[in-house]
Amino acid sequence: MSSAYADQKNVPIDAPLVLGDPTFGDITESVGVITETKAPVMWFLLVGFFASLAAVLGGSVGYLFWEGTGIWGLNVPVAWGWAIVNFVWWVGIGHAGTLISAILFLFRQRWRTAINRFAEAMTIFAIICALVFPMIHVGRVWVVYWTMPFPNQMGMWPNFRSPLLWDVFAVSTYFTVSLLFWYVGLIPDLATLRDRATTKVRKVMLGIFALGWRGSNKQWKHYERAYLILAALATPLVLSVHSVVSFDFAVSQLPGWHTTIFPPYFVAGAIFSGFAMVMTLAIVARKIYHLEHIITINHLDVMNKIMLATSLMVGYAYSCEFFVAWYSGNEFEQFAFINRATGPYAWAYWIMITCNVFIPQFLWSQRVRRSIPIMFVITIFINIGMWFERFVIVVSSLANDFLPSSWGYFTPTVWDVLTYVGTFGLFFTLFLIFLRFLPMVAISEVKGVLPAAKPTHHGHGGDDSHMAKVTAGNS
Amino acid sequence: MAQIFPKWTLKLPIYILLAVGFLSVNGVAFIWYYASPNYTDVGYRPKQPVAYSHKVHAGDLGMDCRYCHTGVETSAVAGVPPTETCMNCHTTVLPNSEKIAPVLESFTTGNPLQWVRVHKSPDYVYFNHSAHLRAGVGCESCHGNVRQMEEIEQKEPLSMSWCLDCHRSPEQFLRRPDQVTVMDWVAPDDQEEFAKNVIAHKDIAPPKDCSGCHR
Repeated sequence: MSSAYADQKNVPIDAPLVLGDPTFGDITESVGVITETKAPVMWFLLVGFFASLAAVLGGSVGYLFWEGTGIWGLNVPVAWGWAIVNFVWWVGIGHAGTLISAILFLFRQRWRTAINRFAEAMTIFAIICALVFPMIHVGRVWVVYWTMPFPNQMGMWPNFRSPLLWDVFAVSTYFTVSLLFWYVGLIPDLATLRDRATTKVRKVMLGIFALGWRGSNKQWKHYERAYLILAALATPLVLSVHSVVSFDFAVSQLPGWHTTIFPPYFVAGAIFSGFAMVMTLAIVARKIYHLEHIITINHLDVMNKIMLATSLMVGYAYSCEFFVAWYSGNEFEQFAFINRATGPYAWAYWIMITCNVFIPQFLWSQRVRRSIPIMFVITIFINIGMWFERFVIVVSSLANDFLPSSWGYFTPTVWDVLTYVGTFGLFFTLFLIFLRFLPMVAISEVKGVLPAAKPTHHGHGGDDSHMAKVTAGNS
Repeated sequence: MAQIFPKWTLKLPIYILLAVGFLSVNGVAFIWYYASPNYTDVGYRPKQPVAYSHKVHAGDLGMDCRYCHTGVETSAVAGVPPTETCMNCHTTVLPNSEKIAPVLESFTTGNPLQWVRVHKSPDYVYFNHSAHLRAGVGCESCHGNVRQMEEIEQKEPLSMSWCLDCHRSPEQFLRRPDQVTVMDWVAPDDQEEFAKNVIAHKDIAPPKDCSGCHR
């Protein structure tokens, strides 16, 4: 790698975001070429593998529809199991994409340009995976549309006081806004690819989705205003969606769920797990597609810092729950938390603590933050830990509630596992298709953070080369 | 660079927008009208095995509904009469009429007549005629003016929201016990006061929760 700062202790604040001093044309070339060349055999093998996994999801869901939710390990008292755990986990993962693309945009964090496209795609695919679960877990899937409020001959409406309904709105709004935001961001890049296209099919397909983009000054002006508005719309969603998801639990009266800390705690956890997933994917993709000069080690370093910060937040939330349980003087509340750490689900609790609180502490060290293999392992641990966090919340609270006589122990069945594993198939199939057919880095935005994009820039080789770069950028 | 799309495609967005607007408005209107039980169910008048006229029996001859539908005050179902009930009269009244032939045949062979049910409620709806009669809901409220029907047809949508309309505010539909079988009933001037009294007196509280009808 040609990183000038890879080994330095202190990265200067004005360090170039893109390494190797590329021209506009170089950026277009290195990102665009991935979508234009023939896919390697490995890609087909991977798509084949993950599509088969997605078929496993389809099969499991088909059997679920045929047989009913009895094929899962659910039973009273644990009537919410992996479906809800997986739903919350997947939705949470999506949040990093929105944070990177919207909040970091509003805060003018220019380093986001390298990863935002990528992270937004992850958001959309994660929400798709998440949405599978609320739809299939209802038992009577053929009337799942009853969750939407619409006038009908039954005169029946969903319960507007139920957080489960707020959830339907929150997540569907989130999906719509994320998709729009992603698509609007894609338009200039699709136009770039359209102009580079050599076949008729590519020209027409990309031409349709580029919506006639020509890169005129007027178009850019409208585009940037639209992007800003969408960023402003998406920003509250980063906080609201997972807050509403947490209401599913917090609004109930079950010890372990009924806590006011849930909304911020869930949002922090969502961003934590989302960043871990972005990192996991980015580390692999930048290596395979030779984008190390765009998604640099500095980017990974910054994301590691965000993971460390959010890890401390969830760690604080875990301890705060214990404090409030003690401080409340409520013995059921106290039992719920002591039982989590020492009861039948202590193993899950300590996996969660280890993965989410202990292991991320390594990120205090800059050497760890800049070591690709170590951070990769850490992100995997965080992904696992955040799944267990939701498992601990959902299952341990239900399994041991007020009445010891009604206690139970949840054991997943093979269908629980296959459904969950299957969503990875869906997720990675979609993601691999995205990597192959769409520019995985926001070309136009990365160009915007190059030195050549500054009004004060005069190029290195005289006016001619500067003009050449600008032309390349517009091509 | 050559243009990929011909010039007329510039108009496509506006056409698409118009088409989406047109289709969504019409789609909603179509479903609103044609998928409603007011369209799909009201007016259902199947062919019955016997050319039996409610207009003649209940209207012109003035027979009481309960002469045939005996269960209506005491059980969940009003009941369709057995052939024997018909034969109470028709052994002497028009015994040789062609219209009566299927009834006679049923009477001699013992095979019941295959009446076709007109007013259906789903299996998961536990409707009880006697409860409604006891409260004072007239036959007409759900079945229409039967005394004027040659052949029975469905007059009301029998949808859940239609049930709920009355369950939420039954005041306009409660009658004195001797009035329940009256057709073309007009609410008396003191209906409001009467309904208030009867609701209090009979402790009428129509269920509005799911399990009231779905158990």
